[in-house]
Amino acid sequence: MIPGKFEYHIPTTVDEVVALLGEYGDEAKILAGGHSLLPMMKLRFAEPAHLIDISRIGEIKGIHEQGGTVRIGAMTTENELIASELLQQKCPLIPAVARLIADPQVRNRGTIGGDIAHGDPGNDHPAAMMALDATFVLRGPNGEREVPANGFFLGTYWTDLQQGEIMTEIRVPPFTSGTGYGFNKLKRKTGDFATAASTVVLKLNGNTCADIRITLTNVGPTAFRADEAENILRGQVISEALIEQAAQQVMAVCEPAKDLRGDEEYKTHMAAEMTRRSIRDALARAKG
Amino acid sequence: MAKHNISFKLNGQQVNALVESRELLVHVIREQCGQTGTHIGCETSHCGVCTVDLNGESVKSCTVLAVQADGSEVMTVEGLAQNGVLHAVQEAFMQEHGLQCGFCTPGMLIRAYRFLQENPNPTEEEIRWGLSGNLCRCTGYQNIIKAVKVAAEKMQSV
Ligand SMILES: Cc1cc2nc3c(=O)[nH]c(=O)nc-3n(C[C@H](O)[C@H](O)[C@H](O)COP(=O)(O)OP(=O)(O)OC[C@H]3O[C@@H](n4cnc5c(N)ncnc54)[C@H](O)[C@@H]3O)c2cc1C
Ligand code: FES
Ligand code: FES
Repeated sequence: MIPGKFEYHIPTTVDEVVALLGEYGDEAKILAGGHSLLPMMKLRFAEPAHLIDISRIGEIKGIHEQGGTVRIGAMTTENELIASELLQQKCPLIPAVARLIADPQVRNRGTIGGDIAHGDPGNDHPAAMMALDATFVLRGPNGEREVPANGFFLGTYWTDLQQGEIMTEIRVPPFTSGTGYGFNKLKRKTGDFATAASTVVLKLNGNTCADIRITLTNVGPTAFRADEAENILRGQVISEALIEQAAQQVMAVCEPAKDLRGDEEYKTHMAAEMTRRSIRDALARAKG
Repeated sequence: MAKHNISFKLNGQQVNALVESRELLVHVIREQCGQTGTHIGCETSHCGVCTVDLNGESVKSCTVLAVQADGSEVMTVEGLAQNGVLHAVQEAFMQEHGLQCGFCTPGMLIRAYRFLQENPNPTEEEIRWGLSGNLCRCTGYQNIIKAVKVAAEKMQSV
């Protein structure tokens, strides 16, 4: 299996990428790690006439802290996320998610930007980004704009990224004391996408849940936030009874597609169970 | 469509190739460079038999374009033995029966080689984690895990 024919471009700056995207319009596609795009091109689900490889652009790689936010270059690989001391300290959810993506070889190539921009409901970073209240920096012909992760994912393979734009950076607020996370992903085997996954980030004020975000992966057309379940827990002292109510609320909003990983009912129940576990984990971590 | 002249180091030797943009690294290694040790299995980035070492990292060469390897250093299973002497990883796979049909073995060996550079003294759990991108349909993995453990010991003792 090989991809269809295309012209290959290897720019070294973001400005060049924007110029190439402008020149070739909807005939062009960005190639990051290639571990979603190349398989799709082999199957002719994607047939771009121009492929713009962004792997040699230094300015969109690496992780640093600036102005009170953690900034991750879009071209940073999963294994670089896992190895980052800064993320481990300031935002341990991200390496925890990266560790459960695919396998060592894929994690050497796959990037956080590609995982987010692809818009696949099975990808794991989108739900983490929403739970963290991250923002994305997009550069296009009219300059740069910053968009919140909540609202970016519009449907399957459909995001707010406009034609002509490249994602350059992901900005994440660092955890403050009293913050905890939970990430639970059910998969059939190593290297498989989630049957269902749930991500929780919560903040405690004493014993009270001051704020919480609950997000779900692969149980709807896109990763999504379970607002009503959050509302059950926000402002409360979280008990097992409340966790159960929130889990039931999650079940009410799941819309999984039946496939080899299971039918709608099974996946919905698994989404609830992953949520119960993630709330408990987040609570335990927030208490320290 | 323009073809690309690429040049890279394959197992220490400089090689040049004229490739189409859409050609995959594994095809160029096998068909143009004639080094058929690296196998092709699933072609969908799942099985890991096509694993090679690209600039010191394990990658699945069925999911890397050959043009992307321009200027790089590539190592395949052919690069393991030196002057006719098998590498410790190869010795250990032989000794511990880490293969049956042998189809997955080139990928296992080159991944095990890199994994032991990353983690020279791994636990069994770490070996399973480190080799989780390589599938084997024959062995049940037990002897592969043992072989990697033994290879680690051999490499530490020299
Ligand atoms: C065996 C296997 C198992 C996997 N399991 C998982 C899993 O469990 N969870 C998971 O989340 N993922 C999984 N993946 C997907 C993997 O993480 C991909 O690497 C990821 O989805 C895409 O990232 P990439 O860098 O490879 O992007 P590419 O494949 O290069 O690109 C993907 C899409 O995003 C666009 N794009 C990429 N970067 C940018 C950018 N900076 N700006 C704008 N557009 C951009 C491309 O044009 C393309 O449309 C798996 C992949 C494989 C092969
Ligand atoms: S042939 Fe490349 S992973 Fe299977
Ligand atoms: S030995 Fe036959 S596939 Fe591994």
